[in-house]
Amino acid sequence: MAMPKVSPSFEEMVSTPLRASGVETLQINIGYRCNLECRHCHVQAGPQRSEAMTREVMEECLRVIRTTPFSTIDITGGSPELHPLFSWFVGECARLDRRLLVRSNGVLLLDEHCAPLLDLYVRSRTEIVLSLPHVDPQITDRQRGTGVFHRVIEAIRMLNARGYGIEGTGLPLTLVHNPAGAYLPGTQKALQSSYRAALRERYGVSFTRLFSINNMPIGRYLEYLRRTDNYEDYMRTLIKAFNPESLKGLMCRSMVSVGWNGRLYDCDFNQVLGLPIGHGLPDHISGFDKERLAGREIVIGDHCYGCTAGSGSSCQGQVA
Amino acid sequence: MGDYYEKKDLDDFENIGEYAPELGSKYFDYYGEVMKGGGLTEREKALIALAVATTQKCPYCIDAYTNLCLSLGISPGEMTEAVHVGAAMVAGIVLAHSTQMRKIIKKKEM
Repeated sequence: MAMPKVSPSFEEMVSTPLRASGVETLQINIGYRCNLECRHCHVQAGPQRSEAMTREVMEECLRVIRTTPFSTIDITGGSPELHPLFSWFVGECARLDRRLLVRSNGVLLLDEHCAPLLDLYVRSRTEIVLSLPHVDPQITDRQRGTGVFHRVIEAIRMLNARGYGIEGTGLPLTLVHNPAGAYLPGTQKALQSSYRAALRERYGVSFTRLFSINNMPIGRYLEYLRRTDNYEDYMRTLIKAFNPESLKGLMCRSMVSVGWNGRLYDCDFNQVLGLPIGHGLPDHISGFDKERLAGREIVIGDHCYGCTAGSGSSCQGQVA
Repeated sequence: MGDYYEKKDLDDFENIGEYAPELGSKYFDYYGEVMKGGGLTEREKALIALAVATTQKCPYCIDAYTNLCLSLGISPGEMTEAVHVGAAMVAGIVLAHSTQMRKIIKKKEM
């Protein structure tokens, strides 16, 4: 489903081209298969999706990481644990001595077959990022599926028992909040305090920090906005909340996203929209050229309003 | 009444200082200071504002503070509790004013 045009367009709003300021993070999307079908998912991931990164592309990624001083490797999906080569790939990434971060929906981590993976996470100090849209079970389940909230709480409890999210262990557990509807999130600081209090008091579990992320008007969330006649109101809210201060911290300015097929994108959202890195630059991992990518012009569109509204939004939470 | 209360009017709120910019600016500064988290959290202040918005029957404020409450992760149940506080207060205020009625009745009746 294409986004209807808005006025002013994002290009008109920023007036000058947006450029990368370096390449600090390589975000790797290893496939779109997922055990859940969340209603806000921009990837439209689900059990029926078959897109998966091949071993050859994974090896290309590892080759590029070995020869490029990225500070962070960020692995995402779908649910990355469903990829048959995931454990091998995480193991290889862990040997490269970078900050390694894995985004998960948490539910699969409860499966027994994930125990060796958790051992690997602990040994390699891998950061775990779990999506938890709300501390109210009904609100989370409405967005992610019946029973998901309590399973994620169980996953957090199990991760706490292994040291994740416990102060002083050096094992960071990040939770991700996103609004369960057609509105913007509040400040990350306020949301983090209310999550911390609610999860401690009601469930006795803890976490390291909260990322608050705006919902992007693409994918399944766009379908929801249009079906419920919220699209125009949401876009007007995003445009009205445009914050120029957010531009300097946007994730696309310091990150390259690799799609499951090895194509390079400025971000995961552009990946889903089929907008590869442009302006004549090599757009496949096999042709990765850090020097040229570091100052590249970012490919933008009206969906970018989603990352520049209010306190801004990125894979690392709010940016302004 | 459709001509009086239109959703787009809410966007015009930032222009209320149009004919008295200094006063408008003082109001917005005051508003900004009041609504910041302090002894009360942002959540508590948003719930108070929502209760006031409904008791005062202001459609703009109800729109703005319902959205703010959602943004702050406040659940519909918590919002409804706040609205009930406003409703109970309004009911109590109405009943408390019956004191005047009872005083008059007692004075007038033989």
